[in-house]
Amino acid sequence: MGIWLDENTRVITQGITGSAGSFHTRQCVAYGTRFVGGVTPGKGGSAFELEDGGTLPIFDTVAQAREQTGANASMIFVPPPFAADAICEAAEAGIELIVAITEGIPVLDMVKVKRALADRPGTRLIGPNCPGIITPGVGKIGIMPGYIHSPGGVGIVSRSGTLTYEAVWQVSQLGLGQSSCVGIGGDPVNGTDFIDCLAAFEADPATEAIILIGEIGGSAEEEAAAFVREHVRKPVVAFVAGRTAPPGKRMGHAGAIISGGEGTAEHKIEALRAAGIAVAESPAEIGRTLGERLAAAR
Amino acid sequence: MKIHEFQAKELLGRFGVPTPRHMVADTPELAQAHAEALGTPVVVVKAQVHAGGRGKGRFEGSDVRGVMVVKDPARVGEIAAAMLGHKLVTVQTGPAGVICHRVLVEEGLAIARELYVAVTLDRARSRPCVIASSEGGMDIEEVAASRPEAIHKEWIDPALGLMPFQARRLAFQLGLGKEERRGFVRLVSGLARAFTETDASLVEINPLVVTEDRQVLALDAKMSFDDNALFRHPDIAGYRDDTGTDPAEIEARERGLSYIKLEGNIGCLVNGAGLAMATMDIIKLHGGEPANFLDVGGGANAEKVAAAFRIILSDANVRAILVNIFGGIMRCDVIAEGVIEAAREVGLSVPLVVRLEGTNVERGRTMLRESGLPITEATDLADAADKVVAAAGVAN
Repeated sequence: MGIWLDENTRVITQGITGSAGSFHTRQCVAYGTRFVGGVTPGKGGSAFELEDGGTLPIFDTVAQAREQTGANASMIFVPPPFAADAICEAAEAGIELIVAITEGIPVLDMVKVKRALADRPGTRLIGPNCPGIITPGVGKIGIMPGYIHSPGGVGIVSRSGTLTYEAVWQVSQLGLGQSSCVGIGGDPVNGTDFIDCLAAFEADPATEAIILIGEIGGSAEEEAAAFVREHVRKPVVAFVAGRTAPPGKRMGHAGAIISGGEGTAEHKIEALRAAGIAVAESPAEIGRTLGERLAAAR
Repeated sequence: MKIHEFQAKELLGRFGVPTPRHMVADTPELAQAHAEALGTPVVVVKAQVHAGGRGKGRFEGSDVRGVMVVKDPARVGEIAAAMLGHKLVTVQTGPAGVICHRVLVEEGLAIARELYVAVTLDRARSRPCVIASSEGGMDIEEVAASRPEAIHKEWIDPALGLMPFQARRLAFQLGLGKEERRGFVRLVSGLARAFTETDASLVEINPLVVTEDRQVLALDAKMSFDDNALFRHPDIAGYRDDTGTDPAEIEARERGLSYIKLEGNIGCLVNGAGLAMATMDIIKLHGGEPANFLDVGGGANAEKVAAAFRIILSDANVRAILVNIFGGIMRCDVIAEGVIEAAREVGLSVPLVVRLEGTNVERGRTMLRESGLPITEATDLADAADKVVAAAGVAN
């Protein structure tokens, strides 16, 4: 079953004619995701060709796409200067699940988007600057390699892309699969957060255990720890990247920075452990830590 | 991106933020002339470098600090001469220090009170936040730890901006009198507008001063900006000054790579920021020290990988390199091709350990094996860390 992305999800791509948008739309379709169209302003009425010879209709606006295809989800590949606009257009058209892959959106644009989304409780934004969401065996909206995943009972939520693949890989090596994997993105202001994912995984009958992958910067891991302590009964395993990161330097992700003594990996690990979460010391031991936790729970 | 104090004061001036009268000089003669033009009995000379802790920092081989209050304005030229072209060492620069190319020459004021005001992003609330404290001149983190009740906050609604009542509330909380309250509200409103209109990530005024004649002024000004928004602020992008920045970090930025130099001797080349951090962590955990953070990004090609190699090898401390790639969309054979090309082109002067996983991994591994290059293969993250730490140890 998994969270947010299921058999009823009908997806469009905003920015479908760009190089990344077209490549990943084809990849998502090849994985079996139900895509119903795309949006590129000015190219409405044309068709997007798929690898199997089929086509997807292209629209000028998200509202048209929604009206004519019944789309309820959107994957955004629009370049950073225009991405906030694209998110707001999708929300205004009534799209329920918006997955923004775009990296490099100005932070204050996202501050405005967050405020706009506060008036739309029915809209969920994942990202930006994220790999997206996958429910193995059902579909994926994003750039993750589909084949490393397999259906199963582990829910994964992460601020990182390739480090998530690492965790997925280790879980698959254990012979376990994933219910859903959500990349919430590496930006300081994003849509869906750890707590949204934890609550959804806790409520999802297909999810038996949860892996949370954090990194330095901000206090999202500390807030997640407090939430787990109060509301999560399923086993939770975590890893926090950036123990060796120097303070005051942005480590690739816009949100990965230790500033003013806040956002250190040590503080996050301490908070997670205090909430009863098993934290892997090494990124190579995420899978093993999960295995031990599951064995102990049985 | 950080800018200098004099640039921040110029920018804030456009938003109606008052500052003491000041001028910039790049020679001692000009500094002396500025001091005479100011005509005040006390003149302050401030080194313009991208580092905090200037007031306590010292210039190499002298007693001159980064900020000097000069009570005999005839000596300004002499003091500027001790700063210009010399290295300032502060807690933030480390022992290497940073060379000072410009000084700010500013009128000295009769100060009645020192306060603190900053605007920054509150990530937990996804809104900009104005932070004010009655403890001016102090490090805000220290105040937060020792006297949290001295800190007051107001959050900025992006649709409204900072409202006057919010600025007034801060003024009352800081115990300001009627006259200086008006100046404070005007100044803080200007700071808030400057923050949002320039896509700043930090505006910090420490101290903000109330003079004996009840003027409210920004005595110091620190600003930094969201790199992702510089495309719409060409004027601010033009403020960039790379003095004191590691040349390798500058080259990386120009090539679209994320690179941060560290103190260790194991170079890392990784795709993805999270995995790059995790790779540094596991090297440390296995007894080594990472020489850098380097994320080649998702769309890495052979050319980018080659540039990354050159940047890593430009660090003389590097004794071994670990390439850790989880190829998703990025295929492992493409990465292998890039590694081989780069190693041939740049010349491999240190041991190279490669860990590949993901799409087309077998083809990638075969290509590395058949390349004839002295590459050590690793099967997983832990194996890679062990092998590269051993290689760096032997090379030592």
